[in-house]
Amino acid sequence: MLLKEERKENLLKNQAIVIHAEDNVATVVDDFSAGTVIQFLLGDSVQSVQLLQDTPLGHKCAIRLIEAEQDVTKYGEIIGKTTVRILPGGHVHVHNMESQRGRGDKQSGDK
Amino acid sequence: MKFSGYRRPDGTVGIRNHVAIIPASVCASTVASNIAAQIPGAVALPNQHGCCQIGADHEQTVRTLIGLGRNPNVAAVLVVGLGCEGVPVHQVVSEIEATGKTAEVVVIQEAGGTLKATAEGVAIASRLAREISFLQREEIAVSELSLAIECGGSDFTSGLASNPAAGIAADLLVEAGGNVMLSETTEFIGAEHVLARRAKSSEIGEKIIRFVRQCEERAKLLNVDIRGGQPTPGNISGGISTIEEKSLGCIYKAGHAPVQDILAYGEAPKEKGLYIMDTPGQDIESITGMLAGGAQIVIFTTGRGTPTGSAIAPVIKITGNSRTFKMMEDNTDIDASTIISGDETIEQVGERIFEEIIRVANGHMPKAESLGHREFGIYKIAPTY
Repeated sequence: MLLKEERKENLLKNQAIVIHAEDNVATVVDDFSAGTVIQFLLGDSVQSVQLLQDTPLGHKCAIRLIEAEQDVTKYGEIIGKTTVRILPGGHVHVHNMESQRGRGDKQSGDK
Repeated sequence: MKFSGYRRPDGTVGIRNHVAIIPASVCASTVASNIAAQIPGAVALPNQHGCCQIGADHEQTVRTLIGLGRNPNVAAVLVVGLGCEGVPVHQVVSEIEATGKTAEVVVIQEAGGTLKATAEGVAIASRLAREISFLQREEIAVSELSLAIECGGSDFTSGLASNPAAGIAADLLVEAGGNVMLSETTEFIGAEHVLARRAKSSEIGEKIIRFVRQCEERAKLLNVDIRGGQPTPGNISGGISTIEEKSLGCIYKAGHAPVQDILAYGEAPKEKGLYIMDTPGQDIESITGMLAGGAQIVIFTTGRGTPTGSAIAPVIKITGNSRTFKMMEDNTDIDASTIISGDETIEQVGERIFEEIIRVANGHMPKAESLGHREFGIYKIAPTY
């Protein structure tokens, strides 16, 4: 019950969080359906983007156009590269981005 | 900016005034705890170590016990030895004494057993408590603070709210000339290149990479892969896409300052600024290492909530999860969920955390301290023989 009330309150405020001004993704703080226009704070300004896919709590959406093979940036740092072009509002996750560590988690010797 | 603290003979500054009763080994732990129980203001550091350890593992225990005795929150020390343990009891005492603080010793086999050693120890600890009771706080520059940063019981709010806000507080302290320590090597895996890029020199950067690789190699000796399938299926369903993203969420609790060096477990920083310490991800052992390295205060971010504290340093708990703040209010000091709700920015909460650090340095008790949480553990890197 409590959680539902909190979520209702959150809907009126932040719907996604951009950690760093240079980030090209936002993290949504609730479950949202495709077509929802979500608001977030970028620096001091309130901005919005329309979600292109269903985006669950804690997942990321693009806040700008990100071309294929480009850096995905969160925390002001690169968290991986896109495998395809992602439009603003697109769900950014394992289906369209990948780690730059490659197979580094399997072989300690490679980079 | 200033706070009030206790200036020690070696120039370091304590924010608490403890008599520490340090058992040199597991065999002396009960006597040490019994002594501490008799003396107001005394704290014991009971542990399972100090005997039948070899090589680097033995050295690490000795370094940690000495470092805890030298911690500036400790005003005076009584070391309790059994008499035949591997830890060189008198060397521990003399290295603590080198800071100018009083360090005394009771050896159980020399005193004649539990009752006589306890009586002798209580007499000494009582005298130490009287000797330090007149010490006064004085005005001290914030640059004298050394902050340990820990995270535990993480959830999706940790990387979004509490960790970035802790990072702002860390940046403020580094800007003011203080020390910040980031630990938990296991949680750098996948983001070590980011830390290495922020290193003061390429040499330090390579050292960071090496420490993280060694951490992985130690796990491989046990025939398990600690990052097998990282991020985990649970992480992926929670929205984490890559190992970089997962580890960045952890390391951003230490802010954006250049990394001065990577310290061995329990080693003290030589200069000011942001340091990394090579510790395990286990919260208690990680905090012990940073306290042995001289940190006076701990900030601890959590998603799910955790009660733990420390015998010698106040621990401030921060959560970005509003439900956890309500459920675990007994144990949680700062509500950072205002970042998620949009009521405050990461910077605003970071400034609030920094203000709380100063308030706690001045003497205000955070919840773990007021509830008597004194969890303690020392990291081991080899089996006991």
